[in-house]
Amino acid sequence: MSEVMEQILELTEDTQKGKFLTFIIGREEYAIEIKFVTEILGGIQAITEVPEVPDYIRGIINIRGKIIPVMDVNIRFKKEPKPYGDRTCIAVIDIDDLSVGLIVDNVSEVLSIADENIVPPPDARSGFSNHYIKGIGKVGNTVKLILDCKILLGDEDLASHTEAS
Amino acid sequence: MVMDNGKDPMLEMFIFETLQLSDQLEQLVLNSEKSDFFEAAEINEIFRIMHTIKGSASMMFFDSISGVAHAMEDMFDFLRTSHSVVVDYSRVCDLILRGIDFIKGEIAKIEAEQSADGNSAALLLDINVYLISLKENNGTSLPGDHNSEAAAAIDLNWDMEVVPDSDAFDRIGGNRFKALITFEDDCEMENIRAFNVIHKLGEMGELIEHYPADIEDSECIAVIREKGFEVVFAAESSREEMENFFCTLAFVESFELMEIVTEVENTKVQAEDLSSQSGPEVLNNKEIKSEKDVDNGAATPVKQSLISVQLSKLDQLLDLVGELVISETMVTSNPDLLMIHDKENFNKAARQHRKVINELQDIVMSIRMVPLAGTFQKMNRIVRDMSKKLGKPVDLMIHGEETEVDKNIIEHLSDPLMHLIRNAIDHGIEETPERIAKQKPTTGIIKLEAKSEGGDVWITIKDDGGGLDKEKILSRALEHGLVNKPESELSDQEIYAFILLPGFSTNTEVTEFSGRGVGMDVVAQNIEEIGGSVYIDSKINMGTTVSLKIPLTLAIIDGMGIRVGSSIYTVPITSIRESFKAREDEAFTDPDGQEMIMVRGECLPILRLHEMYKIQTAVNEIHNGIIMIAETDNRSVCLFADELIGEQQVVVKALPKYLKRIKGIGGCTLLGNGTSSLILDIAGLVSIRC
Repeated sequence: MSEVMEQILELTEDTQKGKFLTFIIGREEYAIEIKFVTEILGGIQAITEVPEVPDYIRGIINIRGKIIPVMDVNIRFKKEPKPYGDRTCIAVIDIDDLSVGLIVDNVSEVLSIADENIVPPPDARSGFSNHYIKGIGKVGNTVKLILDCKILLGDEDLASHTEAS
Repeated sequence: MVMDNGKDPMLEMFIFETLQLSDQLEQLVLNSEKSDFFEAAEINEIFRIMHTIKGSASMMFFDSISGVAHAMEDMFDFLRTSHSVVVDYSRVCDLILRGIDFIKGEIAKIEAEQSADGNSAALLLDINVYLISLKENNGTSLPGDHNSEAAAAIDLNWDMEVVPDSDAFDRIGGNRFKALITFEDDCEMENIRAFNVIHKLGEMGELIEHYPADIEDSECIAVIREKGFEVVFAAESSREEMENFFCTLAFVESFELMEIVTEVENTKVQAEDLSSQSGPEVLNNKEIKSEKDVDNGAATPVKQSLISVQLSKLDQLLDLVGELVISETMVTSNPDLLMIHDKENFNKAARQHRKVINELQDIVMSIRMVPLAGTFQKMNRIVRDMSKKLGKPVDLMIHGEETEVDKNIIEHLSDPLMHLIRNAIDHGIEETPERIAKQKPTTGIIKLEAKSEGGDVWITIKDDGGGLDKEKILSRALEHGLVNKPESELSDQEIYAFILLPGFSTNTEVTEFSGRGVGMDVVAQNIEEIGGSVYIDSKINMGTTVSLKIPLTLAIIDGMGIRVGSSIYTVPITSIRESFKAREDEAFTDPDGQEMIMVRGECLPILRLHEMYKIQTAVNEIHNGIIMIAETDNRSVCLFADELIGEQQVVVKALPKYLKRIKGIGGCTLLGNGTSSLILDIAGLVSIRC
């Protein structure tokens, strides 16, 4: 039954299927499925810092009266934090009624990646253990790392952090 | 019977609420009918709605409405207690919908400033007959020789259905009679004898109505014994024949038979309308509707000065105004303006613009805020009516009714308060002789109090009655298997909290006001829905106190902004005792590293916000910043911050769920410039430091 429903859901999301929003973090290009993205805020808004949260949660912002947390994906990937500039923006994603803003260096484009051009990430046993990556999309000569939004927001760190404190 | 002043706000409220509830009920029933099954939750919901309608209708003396609601409540009470029942759902739905139509018809009459005099006898009979048949089919019938009568009642019911009620009166030929029957003193089970009479009458002619209408209910036995059983019926037979018929009935001691003459002269003009007004009447929804149509032509209904707006629209409006404030700042402090030197006209226009926006913001805020006074005043009426009906003199004392709360909360408060007040009068306050024996003043006192404390709104209902019977509650809880801890480990509060569970009632009698054990669970459910909690405290012979705590969220509070580094925190004004600048040498540290300060002989711990929340700030010295003494539940803590920003009203919003709970933070709010500020939860902070 649930399979049937999923199929129907997939059909309705057909127009968004296979489309990805790509952005750059550090030197890599990442992609997230467009169906999760609700909007992109250009420029960095006033972020209100929130204490006692993991460092990659930069705080909360106000979008039209709705308060959402923002996450610095750079720090989330344990890279050196970068100062925010003109090209930094916040991509707001919405998963299961949970809105989170992702701070990314810059959003490059929206493009289609066909299913056959997406390959699974290397097996964890081969020493590559980035569990945020759900697949690797080939576009021309470049590759885009497709992020698993659910795991990106996955709160095992957050949960353990709050418990510890 | 009806308030003659159509603009009475209570009446208006009643109309508004009842219509809303009936709409809700209708929707619910229609949905369930589609699935041909009632979920347990739906049955409970219907039951609660009927309970509320019944309660408020009887408060307003609309007996016809409360009667119907009572019958429907009985039916659903049965449905919800007997789980494995085979029920004809479409039949049940028909009955409920008829009931809803009846109630709506009555409300329409009330709105048009007419008396709500609809007759629900036929409907009540149908409901009761069905309920009896239900009980019988499921083997829960009343004991004794009732079964045959019940079966007869079903037959009777069929007769009623074959002849549509609306026309019944017109179609029934012959003479109309009204008979008052008294049964033999020792015959017992008067209601079953009455059933027998109705059944026999069914063979002679057509039954129109009888009183007591609810003969299935064993309570009516007393009424029949005292006042006799009254039937109105039509038959072809003459008066003599009918007299003979009554003589043959078993157990009948005496009877009075009256022939009713109908006015036929005016029938040409308004045949249908008059048939309901002259002599006996059988009204059902159809007839009420036709009557209503006539009314609409003649009288203009009272216009409601209230409209119900979707709260989500208000939320959107509030958000939009917030956006407007931000975009206004973006325009007026636009860097391009720096190029222009002479900006006098621009500044003038900008000032005007800001003024209008501020006003708009105030209005939008105030739309959502409603003082509790209206809700509290409603309780006055309940207390008055109940104390009259129950013969218990009770005074209601109201404090703090000017406390403003969010509309959302008000809507969830009125039901629980009503139930709590009813409970307090019905079960809390003792009967007068008992009070005299206990050397208490004969007049019971119920205190209804609202206050906001530390950003929470507390509403307390305190009675000076008998208090809760701990043993009785405990044994009842054990009976129901609700206790999952050793008895010795239960605190008094935990025991009292059992009465908040669904279906829990220590009162064995069902009265018009309370006793079905729905009251308290409605209270708990409604309060929990808005994130609040219910506390019960009680002392034997001293009374019971029920406290409702409405949380920080949803409310608008007065807050004081304090700056720590680059962050601005908001402290609820109500928790602030004072703030001052400390001298350099005033603070001292104990061996554990706890910093403290002496304020007028009282030693208070210091909580450095920048240290606790690891915020970079230039203000590290105690004498450079500001000390704010925050207090809750008589425990205080000194907050150390960089500086005070100022006071402002803020709308409390919940933190995004993603962030989980952060110690010491109660929520967040938007500041005028569009940034957000975290609201400190003083109770949380105090528990960290103390």
